Amino acid sequence: MLILSSRAQLWHPRTHVNYELKDDVAVVRLNDPTSKVNTLSKQMEAEITQVMNEVWGNAQVKSAVVISTKPGCFVAGADINMIKACKSAEEVTSLSQEGQKMFEKIEKSPIPVVAAINGSCLGGGLELAIACQYRLATKSKKTVLGTPEVLLGLLPGAGGTQRLPKMVGLPTAFDMMLTGRNIRADKAKKMGLLHQIIDPLGPGLKSPEERTMEYLEEVAVGVAKDLAAKKVTVDKKKGLIQKLQDVVMGFPFVRKQIYNTVTKKVMKQTKGLYPAPLKIIECVQSGVEKGSSTGYQVESENFGKLGMTAESRALIGLYQGQVACKKNNFGTPERELKTLAILGAGLMGAGIAQVTVDKGVATILKDTTLEGLARGQQQVYKGLNDKVKKRGITSFERDATLSFLTGQLDYSGFQKADMVIEAVFEDLAIKHQVLKEVEAVTPAHCIFASNTSALPIRDIAAVSKRPEKVIGMHYFSPVDKMQLLEIITTDKTSKDTTASAVALGLRQGKIIIVVGDGPGFYTTRCLAPMLAEAVRLLQEGVGPKMLDSLTTSIGFPVGMATLADEVGIDVAAHVAEDLGKAFGQRFGGGNVELLKTMVQKGFKGRKSGKGCFLYGAKSKDKQVNPGAEEILKTFKLTAPPAVSGNEDVQYRLICRFVNEAVLCLQEGILPDPIQGDIGAVFGLGFPPCFGGPFRFVDTFGADRLLQKMKRYEEFYGNHFTPCQLLQDHARDPSKRFHK
Amino acid sequence: MEVDRLLGSGKLGKPFWGGNTCAEFKVQLLWLPFSSSKSKKTLSKTGVKNIVLVDGVRTPFLQSGTTYADLMPHDLARTALQGLLNRTGIPKDAVDYIIYGTVIQEVKTSNVAREAALGAGFSDRIPAHTVTMACISSNQAMTTAVGMIAAGQCDAVVAGGVEFMSDVPIRHSRKMRKTMLSLNKAKTLGARLALLGSIRPAHLAPELPAVAEFSTEETMGHSADRLAAAFGVSRREQDEYALRSHSLAKRAQDEGLLSDVVGFKVPGKDIVSKDNGIRPSSMEQMAKLKPAFVKPHGTVTAANSSYLTDGASAVLIMSEEKALALGYKPKAYLRDFVYVSQDPKDQLLLGPSYATPKVLERSGLKLADIDVFEFHEAFAGQILSNLKAMDSDWFAKTYMGRTSKVGSPPLDKFNLWGGSLSLGHPFGATGCRLVTTVAHRLKKEGGQYGLVAACAAGGQGHAMVIEAYPQ
Repeated sequence: MLILSSRAQLWHPRTHVNYELKDDVAVVRLNDPTSKVNTLSKQMEAEITQVMNEVWGNAQVKSAVVISTKPGCFVAGADINMIKACKSAEEVTSLSQEGQKMFEKIEKSPIPVVAAINGSCLGGGLELAIACQYRLATKSKKTVLGTPEVLLGLLPGAGGTQRLPKMVGLPTAFDMMLTGRNIRADKAKKMGLLHQIIDPLGPGLKSPEERTMEYLEEVAVGVAKDLAAKKVTVDKKKGLIQKLQDVVMGFPFVRKQIYNTVTKKVMKQTKGLYPAPLKIIECVQSGVEKGSSTGYQVESENFGKLGMTAESRALIGLYQGQVACKKNNFGTPERELKTLAILGAGLMGAGIAQVTVDKGVATILKDTTLEGLARGQQQVYKGLNDKVKKRGITSFERDATLSFLTGQLDYSGFQKADMVIEAVFEDLAIKHQVLKEVEAVTPAHCIFASNTSALPIRDIAAVSKRPEKVIGMHYFSPVDKMQLLEIITTDKTSKDTTASAVALGLRQGKIIIVVGDGPGFYTTRCLAPMLAEAVRLLQEGVGPKMLDSLTTSIGFPVGMATLADEVGIDVAAHVAEDLGKAFGQRFGGGNVELLKTMVQKGFKGRKSGKGCFLYGAKSKDKQVNPGAEEILKTFKLTAPPAVSGNEDVQYRLICRFVNEAVLCLQEGILPDPIQGDIGAVFGLGFPPCFGGPFRFVDTFGADRLLQKMKRYEEFYGNHFTPCQLLQDHARDPSKRFHK
Repeated sequence: MEVDRLLGSGKLGKPFWGGNTCAEFKVQLLWLPFSSSKSKKTLSKTGVKNIVLVDGVRTPFLQSGTTYADLMPHDLARTALQGLLNRTGIPKDAVDYIIYGTVIQEVKTSNVAREAALGAGFSDRIPAHTVTMACISSNQAMTTAVGMIAAGQCDAVVAGGVEFMSDVPIRHSRKMRKTMLSLNKAKTLGARLALLGSIRPAHLAPELPAVAEFSTEETMGHSADRLAAAFGVSRREQDEYALRSHSLAKRAQDEGLLSDVVGFKVPGKDIVSKDNGIRPSSMEQMAKLKPAFVKPHGTVTAANSSYLTDGASAVLIMSEEKALALGYKPKAYLRDFVYVSQDPKDQLLLGPSYATPKVLERSGLKLADIDVFEFHEAFAGQILSNLKAMDSDWFAKTYMGRTSKVGSPPLDKFNLWGGSLSLGHPFGATGCRLVTTVAHRLKKEGGQYGLVAACAAGGQGHAMVIEAYPQ
């Protein structure tokens, strides 16, 4: 039979899928030779179908195993470009139907099919796995299962919305499909997604990766034989709770209640801005209530519809942009970074330390006071210990990680530092002082990075002996949660310095944009005019609560008033004043004195317990700070009714952000629109459904935007004057930021 | 005939170790005498003291929870010490120092060496301390003794090991301990009552001694199963090896070769004079067992693992001059030894693979020079994995930074009187048993060099070269 199949391969050269007989078990191996990961591309799907047909046609074969030959990846999902290439909803629907058909045949296979999973098993990969009769997976950290389609504005379109509820129950299926979160193998086993898990092996007579894959296959082949011989069954033992849940789910009114609750929750979280979650609920509901043939039909139709939505295109753009921003385009650094020193153990400094020590980099955390240092070290410990509590790491791993951290008040050990990141107070004089101190004690190759959020790097570098080694690394708070890192290069920064900073950022797990130098760089600079507009709105009588609700309802994850409190009113005042000086009237609108008065009264935001809102009270409902309201009254301005409707208020905020972003591209601060979109969404929470300011212009239309801005310009002057590049795009509709 | 005697294949009717046939072994045996001219005639070095093993004894090793169940650890250690006194006839004040190894400590006798020595009637002027290094604790006791003698601090040292698994310290929960400790400090009745009132059901859950590695949270059996899988050791191979161990132990016991065992009159019970865990079974019986750690596809079972054991051992170590001056005929020289350690997760039990080439190198010997191998058998899968690792150039180069493999010890010289799988494995006491067995086998089989190797929790390992004392 082996000879036959290899002959068959001669006639139809297959590149992605092949199979081999092990006794009476057909081992079907997936491997896309053109990529690091397997995706369900047209080629892959065609070959899977072809191979499975051959397997089913072979009377000798009593069972089959589906496995990938890539150690870190089973199947990472459907091929996104395949969906992007579609011109109509019908085309996307037919993609879904093909997938559904293929997996249905596997589900109804006359012989048992075992999915043997090592590495990512996501989206279409998971749908393939759950169509198989039996699933086993390695307990490796790389093994994750999930349905991330919702994060791309899509839904599991190859039977996933139909099979998952049956497999893990309605509530869990909704949780998986609506959050798109990754699930580790041990959790997946508990959820009933896997039948069996296998521990990864250490070194033996082959490398751990290679032998683990072999072992997975050996165990899978054993299981396949046992399944064929009916020595084991595919039924999973259900616990009492599971059984109870099944009984409860038998009542239609219980299910109805679940659909309602889930829909409400989705509406609350998405404000109705994202169509995919609602379509997912619809697919599940149709399948469960009206039977699977209706369910499959609704699934493929909805998949087609979603594939054509602007939201999906925006989210896919962000996904691909994020992948692009996880690469180092500046080459391999000349030196490997072994020791990092951080100045300032505040929130930022300690946060940077936390994401560095767990990558095995020796990290020095220096502060000027024992209290500050203790607070910072505690922050790092707590960050790691929280992972222990969630069972992400063991307490032993926590301790071993912490052994990379040294807390100190002096500059001892800095002679070994390969890079120093300063996170001291935002004051040029202080920055100059620490830069001089650092350069006096560090080796010549040591890079000095400033974690400033607004001060131009060239100003900081002005006192440096080695300006080619000075760079900006703008982290976002909280560092362990926020994915973005904005790296700022001056015209003197060397390429190797940039390469080293990017390399460190990537090790820290960051998504990186590299931008040019200037006041506020890219992110802070875009935020400032929008905050100025927000202050203006507050002065015009839009209350903090209303402002929050108007901004979250267009897709900002955090309301603008709350954002100001989180950032800190003092920081906002500082930035507004600095950037106001640097950019002049364009950054006007709101009165900086308002912010300064709030700071004087001690309303510095969340950190001081009072800002726009009151903090510290346990009640869920946020209370507006009456003191802040008093101040607002004294700065009150009259709102021009023609541009103060809710929608206009929203567009005023968006316009100022977007215009400044486009101006950054025009001025060369931004190298390209992709990094502009990624920076805005991942650093500042620009509504992801728009895909970033540049994609927003493409989708909304530059001319339409220009009209709006012109109207606002009439009332407010040059805050709303569109920049040249935006005007160019408005004049020529064929000009687009994204192809 | 020689082959049958050594391997017991006549009795069992078929070879019971991995794959070799009797014919192959006969060929090996025929071939061996011609190549047995040793690299070195003796390992004696000028300027280095010769240190000798005068004698070694042990209590019978019993499955925990059996006849020793009501004793305490120092009772077993005491028995071994008394046995050594009787066997050697050494005056009770002629010993300079006593060292014991143990793993799970009884908190009342944390320096079990001292309590046992006093109870055994040794002079109260002899200092004693206790060491711990998981399954190589008594190896550590012996090598500490060697070090003291080599440094000229002592001339005669008793080293030993004890483990008592019939009773282990089960503690109150941390919460309860905290409450009880606070109670001691509470000054007023009100404060005491408040503390007592704070006790919740969660406080009452007891805390068992951890069976898992602290660093990795993985049990040793689980790691052994993964190790066996990593080296492709099958369930059948493991069962065959376990059966070999039990069969060889049974034969050694029946033929009276286990002469290190001293009888023990257990208070309130009979005299115990034999190990009680030796149970040669059949492949069919063993095949019925389900995997004990990795379910359902694992290969390590109760039958191919060592079991929880109570027991103690003791050896008398001296400088050669001292031994001769006291009129002893030593049994063997204790020569070079090494300790190694590696990744406690994936290479937890590979200590022997790392230690063997290293100790041979130190001694200037080759694997072929060794006549007697005694390896600690934690699991059949662990032994077979080590044999495969030692026989792999790839492993030697990739993981040990060596240029080539050391080679796999031939099974016809390997653990011929049974091992930890069959005789039992009182953690702290096994090392002395291995060394004494090597000395006895060298004498019995007429060999010159012996090698002891063992793995231990924490990813550590040990090996020692032993040279026969000239007859």
